[in-house]
Amino acid sequence: MTGSTETESAADGSSRLGRRLLAERLSGYWFGGAGYFAVALFALIVLTLLYQSLPLLAEYSVVQALTSSNWDPAHNEFGFLPAIVGTVYVTLLSMAMGTPIAILAAIYIAEYAEGRTKTIVSSFIDVLAAIPSVIFGLVALLVVVPFVGDYLAPAVGSDATGLGIFTVSLVMAIVVTPFMISLAVESLEALPDELRESSLGVGATKWETIRSVLLRAAGPGIFSAVLLGFGRVFGATIVPAMLIGGQTQLPESPLATGQTLPTLIVNDFGELMSLPLTQSALIFVGLLLVVVVWLFNFGAMVVRRRLRRRWQY
Amino acid sequence: MVLDRYARQRLFGWLARGAAALVVAVMVLVVAVTIYRGGRVFITDPAIAVTPPGSRYMLEAEGGFFHAVLGSVFIVGPATVVSAILAVSTAIYLQSDYSSERFSETVNMFLNVLWGTPPIVYGVFVLTVIIAVGAQTSLFFGIVAIAIFQYPIMTRYTDEALRAAPDTVREATYGLGATRFETALITVRAALPGIVAGIVMGFARGIGDAATVLFTAGRSTNMPAGPFEPATTLPVLIFDQAMSFNAEVRSHAYAASFVLIVAVLGLILASKLLAGRYARFAPGGRHS
Repeated sequence: MTGSTETESAADGSSRLGRRLLAERLSGYWFGGAGYFAVALFALIVLTLLYQSLPLLAEYSVVQALTSSNWDPAHNEFGFLPAIVGTVYVTLLSMAMGTPIAILAAIYIAEYAEGRTKTIVSSFIDVLAAIPSVIFGLVALLVVVPFVGDYLAPAVGSDATGLGIFTVSLVMAIVVTPFMISLAVESLEALPDELRESSLGVGATKWETIRSVLLRAAGPGIFSAVLLGFGRVFGATIVPAMLIGGQTQLPESPLATGQTLPTLIVNDFGELMSLPLTQSALIFVGLLLVVVVWLFNFGAMVVRRRLRRRWQY
Repeated sequence: MVLDRYARQRLFGWLARGAAALVVAVMVLVVAVTIYRGGRVFITDPAIAVTPPGSRYMLEAEGGFFHAVLGSVFIVGPATVVSAILAVSTAIYLQSDYSSERFSETVNMFLNVLWGTPPIVYGVFVLTVIIAVGAQTSLFFGIVAIAIFQYPIMTRYTDEALRAAPDTVREATYGLGATRFETALITVRAALPGIVAGIVMGFARGIGDAATVLFTAGRSTNMPAGPFEPATTLPVLIFDQAMSFNAEVRSHAYAASFVLIVAVLGLILASKLLAGRYARFAPGGRHS
């Protein structure tokens, strides 16, 4: 039979089979294009940002820009250190507040809650994860800022107004916790029930089962949930911009005002159009954010793979 | 004090309950404050949501914030459509026989990085493009920025939904002699509840994001005049209003956030209902 020539002559779209094969071929191009789109988009973003930050890098070395603490765009001084220190402060503080709560709450949802309670609590957390961050900022202006300014700061002998790094960290902890919870719950629930049954069967208490069996088996998943939360806080823009006070100086204490890398972009946006070097400096901040997030994702992948091998069950 | 094993079990049980209760309490507090404060402003004068702003709106709260409501709809609506088409196509490519497994893995890695990229980076990227082509910030570039922001989110949800679709669907369609394209369509149909829920979640994320549109849509305080004219969205408006020195403008921020939170909660509800409704397409799903 002349099967191959039949297929070829049919592919021009004149017959029913031809139309099907034509659709098949065209869809192949379309879906292939969509697959490459993700890679192309990423490459385009990184290359554009890199190209636009070249003017800054021609004037200053990377090390110089990252370690200088003098930020004064009007006099062409671009030191990113205050913003970097602010970002590190905010990220570490909110992770320290958010992670334990997130893991405990995830344990509750995955291991303790049952039936209706479970549905209600987990849909509450879904809702919390979807609330726009600008609303958190607004509510924090009403609730957290007066609390920190009127009670917490005097209690530790500081005259802070309530806007500052600690406030931002607290609110960001609230923003990322539900996000980490839902990822951690997913990895706890993916564990087979035999793990729980055999651990309880050899006489472990529920807590011992959770601590030494379940948290270990779900460890890689929980670890990447924490790292993804980390990335979220790191790149958060609106909440810090509303609550941090926006002063580009090295923060003296956690209650002081400061600046993070994303708020640097927001606050100096007005000057962006006029001075090409400032524009380049702020685009460099964008590049910095992408690179750090990329390193984090890559690191998370490597560590996850290693942990999975060590903590396999 | 040394705790015995059973006391420790009780202690950690209560700690876990306490943590969950704390998270739920915070969520109730945030939603309650927004609805109470915003609702009070909104109920006394519901017309502000559909009144165009006066010329000195940001200074003296003349008129309302209809421009931001319209801007949100005109920016996030088209962005969601574009993004959904791209996201579903990418997810089909990754989960079907169009690509090799190795290439899928690479693309997935890039998607994960895009997923974790801070929204402000997309804003800066689109702004750089705007400067490069010599255009001005406008509604159109707001759409572009939001679409880029939503794309990895929707792809992730769609990819998960397609992955959860049973293999038997694919095998059965191939067994009947279907082409890859026809198989892909049937798989999408089987995964429809998850895909629809994912697209609605992407819409909800897009409508709540301020950092991407802050620099790209133009932060306009007038009614959107055309696709290449400046516009604004609700989150950006709330951000600007919250920084105002005028108490009335700040009170409008609460009204605007009331509108926003009602929209977001409504969308989540819609996504749950739609997921349930489309579940009848899923093999082994509910037959309603």
